Amino acid sequence: MSVRIKRRSFIKIAGMAAAGAGVATGIGGKILEAAVRNTTGSDKIKSVATFCELCFWKCGMIAKVQNGRIIKLEGNPKHPLSNGMLCPRGNGATGLTYDPDRIKTPLMRVNKRGGDEFREASWDEALDYITENMLNIKEKHGPDCLALFNHGYGASFIKHLLKAYGTHNVAAPSYAQCRGPREVGFELTFGEGIGSPERTDIANTRMLVLIGSHLGENMHNTQVQEFAEAIGNGAKIVVVDPRYSTAAGKADWYLPIKPGTDLALLLAWIHVIINEELYDKEYINNYAYGFEQLKAHVQDYSPEQAWIITGIKPELIRATAREMGHQKPAVLVHPGRHVTWYGDDTQRTRAIAILSALLGSWGRKGGYFYGSSVDVPKVHSPKYPKPTRTRADLQLKDYPLASSTLASGLCEATFAAPQAACDLKGWFIYGTNLIWSLPKPEQTIAALQKLEFVAVSEVLPAEIAGWADVILPDATFLERYDDLHMPTWRDPFISLRQPVIEPMYDSRPPWWVAKQLAKRLSLDEYFPWDTIEDYFHKRLDPIGVDWEKLKKDGVAVYPDEPLYFKDGVIPEFGTDTGKIELYSTSLASYGHDPLPKWTDHGNPPEGYYRLLFGRQPHHTFGRTTNNRVLNRVKDENEIWVNRHVAAEWGLMHGKEVILKNQDGVVSTPVKVKVTERIRNDCVFIAHGFGHTARGLSNKKGASDSFLVTRYKTDPIMGGTGMNVNFVTFVV
Amino acid sequence: MARYAMVIDTKRCVGCHACVITCYMENNVPEGFTRDWIVEVVEGEFPDLRSEIRTERCNHCENPPCVFVCPCGASYKDKDTGIVLVHHDKCSGCKACIAACPYDARFINPIGYADKCTFCDHRVKLGKTTACAQTCPTSAINFGNLDDPASKLHKLMNGRIVKTMKPEAGTGPNIFYLL
Repeated sequence: MSVRIKRRSFIKIAGMAAAGAGVATGIGGKILEAAVRNTTGSDKIKSVATFCELCFWKCGMIAKVQNGRIIKLEGNPKHPLSNGMLCPRGNGATGLTYDPDRIKTPLMRVNKRGGDEFREASWDEALDYITENMLNIKEKHGPDCLALFNHGYGASFIKHLLKAYGTHNVAAPSYAQCRGPREVGFELTFGEGIGSPERTDIANTRMLVLIGSHLGENMHNTQVQEFAEAIGNGAKIVVVDPRYSTAAGKADWYLPIKPGTDLALLLAWIHVIINEELYDKEYINNYAYGFEQLKAHVQDYSPEQAWIITGIKPELIRATAREMGHQKPAVLVHPGRHVTWYGDDTQRTRAIAILSALLGSWGRKGGYFYGSSVDVPKVHSPKYPKPTRTRADLQLKDYPLASSTLASGLCEATFAAPQAACDLKGWFIYGTNLIWSLPKPEQTIAALQKLEFVAVSEVLPAEIAGWADVILPDATFLERYDDLHMPTWRDPFISLRQPVIEPMYDSRPPWWVAKQLAKRLSLDEYFPWDTIEDYFHKRLDPIGVDWEKLKKDGVAVYPDEPLYFKDGVIPEFGTDTGKIELYSTSLASYGHDPLPKWTDHGNPPEGYYRLLFGRQPHHTFGRTTNNRVLNRVKDENEIWVNRHVAAEWGLMHGKEVILKNQDGVVSTPVKVKVTERIRNDCVFIAHGFGHTARGLSNKKGASDSFLVTRYKTDPIMGGTGMNVNFVTFVV
Repeated sequence: MARYAMVIDTKRCVGCHACVITCYMENNVPEGFTRDWIVEVVEGEFPDLRSEIRTERCNHCENPPCVFVCPCGASYKDKDTGIVLVHHDKCSGCKACIAACPYDARFINPIGYADKCTFCDHRVKLGKTTACAQTCPTSAINFGNLDDPASKLHKLMNGRIVKTMKPEAGTGPNIFYLL
């Protein structure tokens, strides 16, 4: 049997594809395997190929090891996501592995939960304790009363374990707190989502429209490589942002939009493109459903009306729309990534999808490509037990169009459980600092206090670890095997994460933890292999992948095409009508607006400013803010304040200020960046700083998370819009 | 003979600092110091703004003032490569070069010698490019030999506005910025 490629191109996908499904099954391992033995005593530099986890793009890297220490990380030239280059975080990833603040041994809570007092424990004690609690919950309440919150690729075997145990309450905040609305918006329109890495053909685009994406500060490696490629090729660039971002500095048109009004601008663009007949008529005639309804609908959204709402001049709206019309179909209106802003986010991303359809850019060069992935067979193991109760996040309010479990929904269900059928009694938390990643931290804390059992697996003692009953010291990605990575991309590939050094301290990789717990929980049959390498052989040998070569190269690439719709081939779409749904029949049938409508998200109260947050290029939210290598560049965040606003408040550049939100919650002191680069009705802060956890050395800066005490829920898929908070200055 | 140089495209650069961090790792740059850095210049009034982002480092000048002022003969311009380097063992740490450099490119390594960008001469000797050029996700940093007519550096500069930093200092910088 040879390698099979899963083509997404031109295949009708029945119904709404569930995202994030399919955890591979079966692992094993009595002893920890390390790809590289300690090379102490030798000056020889050894290279080990693996893939990065400093963010979730998963770039291939080559680690250089000397005397048992990782001295350098370089991009793997063979890896399609890095192409031999790494972003700043990848370059500084050893700062995680060698962080002296790491959790070094298993820890057990002493005194009350949240008191942040722990004692060291053995792995046996910690795992026995978890086992006992898991069995207890299973027996007393049923296995689905245990939820798993996770983020990152290390979670794959833990997810498998928890599903084998019998819970389907498994969620990552990367859905309802991040990309979810975008996935649903595109699923509703094209019958499939964007996925990660995004299938955006930036390298080949003639026009890139960024509306709510700050590429360049958001450093997803391949996307930024392609962004530079597009700049080099002379692609036209439009940036819509209340803040003059790095990308805005590269733009031909910068549209300084009023926060919360993006949907009005998108509808005005659609208005111009339809009324001036700039859309791809053949494409729309052949593939789209509901054009006439859309045309009638957008008549109310003229550029003049949008001007009043967005502050963008009509001539600028028309000029950019006309340019899109000229450059079509090689126009990429970027779908964004963190899109949970105002609670109508699915509708906003729907508008992006509709605009992309009108420009004929879905499935076309310079728009959205059709990728494929390698179909690596799973290891045979028994079926997961069938849950008997409704998923906990769906008990209070059902979101039939959500394609993943809602982390915020699980938290709400825990907190507001009395009337619910399935009362969550335990949380297993892998690699996500829920206090920060979920909105409204006091609600998360209230939920944590209600639980019978909380286990946390983390590399660093983040805020969430302080709420655990038991803490497991996770090995960093440079010290472990994780499952194979086969994303959908231009050329499909299999990517291997393997240990570069042996786990430091008493840390252990998650596959080992899962295997150990499985043994204790009598779920051995789900992990039918002795060593992790056996597991990989079991998956790879049947399809003829050379294990030794994969270990050496870190990646096996299988060139594939086509990337775009071919002439004469009529694509089918996984929507109810089998067409691109400009008018969404699904939304109509569920009682939502079938066409996106602009809703007013209000203005800041007098003396307050809308709190916007985002990225800076050398950090991945709170995950890296303790990284001593990256912190050499920047170890704190700043609050961006417009020059005139700063003058009004007497704020000085570089001086500290305390922020207070509309509910009276105050921040830790944060330095002011007085700048021309932002509107006067909002402020901006890089997410991730201002840690309060005792065990983290770097507490500099302020946390936007603590100021996000309100959120607006997306009625379509349950995402939590978090740009609905306002702050003022305490002076 | 070679004249190693860099052509840096400010239009591509996003100021991500990958060059800075890879340099820390490649060259074991002591904490608190850096051999390369990012400069971001924004002009105008909101929303009519212009910005330029560039990565800076030692310019490996044709007429390097740091070499001329060095009383110990520690700073030198390599005859074969044109790379400006420091003999660590000859350097007394007197800081004359630091004062002379118009680009503020040098610092005293706590071990006791003047330190700065070496154009990764240890890599160049092996036929590799510099660590920063290697990792730059936007390919804004390009390294090569200007004396080689076939070098991509010539092609990159063709048709673009090119500037050097502080040309009035008469140093003859070998880092060229594309605007």
